[in-house]
Amino acid sequence: MSQPIETDVVIVGAGPVGLFAVFELGLLDLRCHLIDILDRPGGQCAELYPEKPIYDIPGIPEISGQELTDNLLRQIAPFNPEFHYGEMVTALSRRDDGAFDVETDQGKTFNAKVVVIAAGGGSFQPKRPPIPGIEAFEGKSVFYAVRKMEAFRDEDVVIVGGGDSALDWTLNLQKVARSVTLVHRRPEFRAAPDSVNKMWALQEEGKLEFIQGQVTELKGADGLVSGLTVKTSDGEKELTASRMLPFFGLTMKLGPVADWGLNLEQNLIPVDTEKFGTSEPGIFAVGDINTYPGKLKLILSGFHEAALMAQAAKRIVHPDQRVVFQYTTSSTSLQKKLKAA
Amino acid sequence: MHINVIDRQGVHHRLEALEGFRVMEIIRDWGLDIKAECGGACACATCHVHVSPDWMDHLPEIRDDEIESLDLAFDVNHNSRLSCQLIMTEELDGLTVTLAPGTETENRDAA
Repeated sequence: MSQPIETDVVIVGAGPVGLFAVFELGLLDLRCHLIDILDRPGGQCAELYPEKPIYDIPGIPEISGQELTDNLLRQIAPFNPEFHYGEMVTALSRRDDGAFDVETDQGKTFNAKVVVIAAGGGSFQPKRPPIPGIEAFEGKSVFYAVRKMEAFRDEDVVIVGGGDSALDWTLNLQKVARSVTLVHRRPEFRAAPDSVNKMWALQEEGKLEFIQGQVTELKGADGLVSGLTVKTSDGEKELTASRMLPFFGLTMKLGPVADWGLNLEQNLIPVDTEKFGTSEPGIFAVGDINTYPGKLKLILSGFHEAALMAQAAKRIVHPDQRVVFQYTTSSTSLQKKLKAA
Repeated sequence: MHINVIDRQGVHHRLEALEGFRVMEIIRDWGLDIKAECGGACACATCHVHVSPDWMDHLPEIRDDEIESLDLAFDVNHNSRLSCQLIMTEELDGLTVTLAPGTETENRDAA
């Protein structure tokens, strides 16, 4: 375990609300580290609908998820937040001094006086196909990502899906695997046209096989796949397979948040509407992951929650300081902070 | 107006429907279990339904972005649609759909 990172605040989740929390906390001189399982900021805005217009951000008639994310990053830049992407917070515990130890699945640890959970619908994880018994094969012969190509050398690999991940790995693993079969429900792909052309060319040369259909059954024992059944338009096909890689995009799962000792209601974290505090003092929850009477899962609601949360967080980090509420339009000290970038 | 929905447990629900609402919203707002993660942006395919075959001709034509998003769904058939792309009209009064695998929220998953 590496040296712990000392900070005022750890924000779990770098979606729009987590990002804006940096602004509100920054105005109050609190330093933030953000941790997100995705490889970039923006959360659902970036992952689910980067190009779709959002119409209900106050003062902005229309903006895409990506533009909103980019704007927020610019807005919080003066506060120098530090980002930790591709990491999931696995453990959160209170220390003897009342602060928190935060650990990630990449072995990083943080010492934070305040933790803000802005995790939306949880962490984005690969969608699991509803194939009976698939759990038993996961991590042994069914994988949702390729970490080392060598692990697929001389294997009979079946790749399922029609996006860039499916096509990229079909092309790459074809070089090391004994056989590669790509299974997709239709002969069109939403992947880079160049990859699709390469795939068809390799199929022409007999170096891989494309099957139009959907996997319905996995066969094997002790976590090792031996074959699978594909439903096609002309009946079922049996394939030999020793590895399967399903690529159906990501879905949100609550994940380790459930293990942090917080009260939960239907996978949401109940908070008060004054500070947006959870059942644990010093741990706040803002945005889609919290719930309270009248809660609306709107970005604008999350922004409001972040502003109120910041006032309470300040009192925890600096109990000795008087919190003076100031406006960015009139306060020279706030303006100085914003121009400090 | 109403729609008929068969949930993942096979239970039939007759739901009152309001014109202009997405079928996904009607299912969600009546409290049935549907993930509908992206909230209607045609992006996540977690509101996938199988439409009763006799209703297929009454539906608005499927658009390319819906066909592409269905690549992220499971058990996709000729009668597969994303219920967020079906807007309730008089024409669809009585529509019958079955929630497809992969639309369950985590809560019920564990149950």
